[in-house]
Amino acid sequence: MADVNRGKRPLSPHLQIYRPQLTSITSILTRITGNALLLGALLMVWWFLAAASGPEYFATVDGIVTSFIGDLIMLGSLWALWYHALAGWRHMIWDSVWMMDIDSAEKLGWAVIGGSVILTVLTVIII
Amino acid sequence: MRYITDRKRAVGLGSAKTGAQEFWKVRLTSAGLFVLVPLFVFTFGPMLGEPHDEVIAYFARPFPAIVAALTIVVGFKHFRDGAQVMIEDYVHGTTETLAIIAVTIISYGAMATGLFAIARIAL
Repeated sequence: MADVNRGKRPLSPHLQIYRPQLTSITSILTRITGNALLLGALLMVWWFLAAASGPEYFATVDGIVTSFIGDLIMLGSLWALWYHALAGWRHMIWDSVWMMDIDSAEKLGWAVIGGSVILTVLTVIII
Repeated sequence: MRYITDRKRAVGLGSAKTGAQEFWKVRLTSAGLFVLVPLFVFTFGPMLGEPHDEVIAYFARPFPAIVAALTIVVGFKHFRDGAQVMIEDYVHGTTETLAIIAVTIISYGAMATGLFAIARIAL
């Protein structure tokens, strides 16, 4: 039915056609960060489960989470978390039909990138 | 001339029919996470690498425990709904169905595990 002529139908221009722009890259990053956060989230749940299980198991898991690779994942997750949160704000702003012109949209893009880095550094300093 | 508004004329003519609810659910949980995530980062973060008895004592307190529990519930719901949108964009057919089922199992599984752990620590 709807799929009968799928192969022959023309496609509208997509990622392969357009030159990457700040708005498209920041939008794609929103999706990547959001889904990549699963890794950090599962580590966090594992850490809580270990804490609930007892001191020995907790020592093992806490050791993994705070190891070099664990720290790297947590730092990456922290940045992804702030990036995704700021990008979420950007979506709320756009959903309200504010700042839709190209200049404002570009500014929001830089605000999300810069803001996420600043928030990550601040969080690391505070914690 | 018909006495009908433009909106009334357009309602129901789109191809999607449904979907606004999915959009709204993700926005609703994201609004909740705007509040929960900062609270969670600054309660959970300092506890990483702390001794076991200190972690237990900290998450036995109401505020950190409730913040962690709420973040886990709302966060994994948000992830499940968001990941489904991504899956629906990139994969189709049986793979799509299976991927959505897998994401749902992981999300609710992790949510239940996290809640169980926090309940056990806090109670």
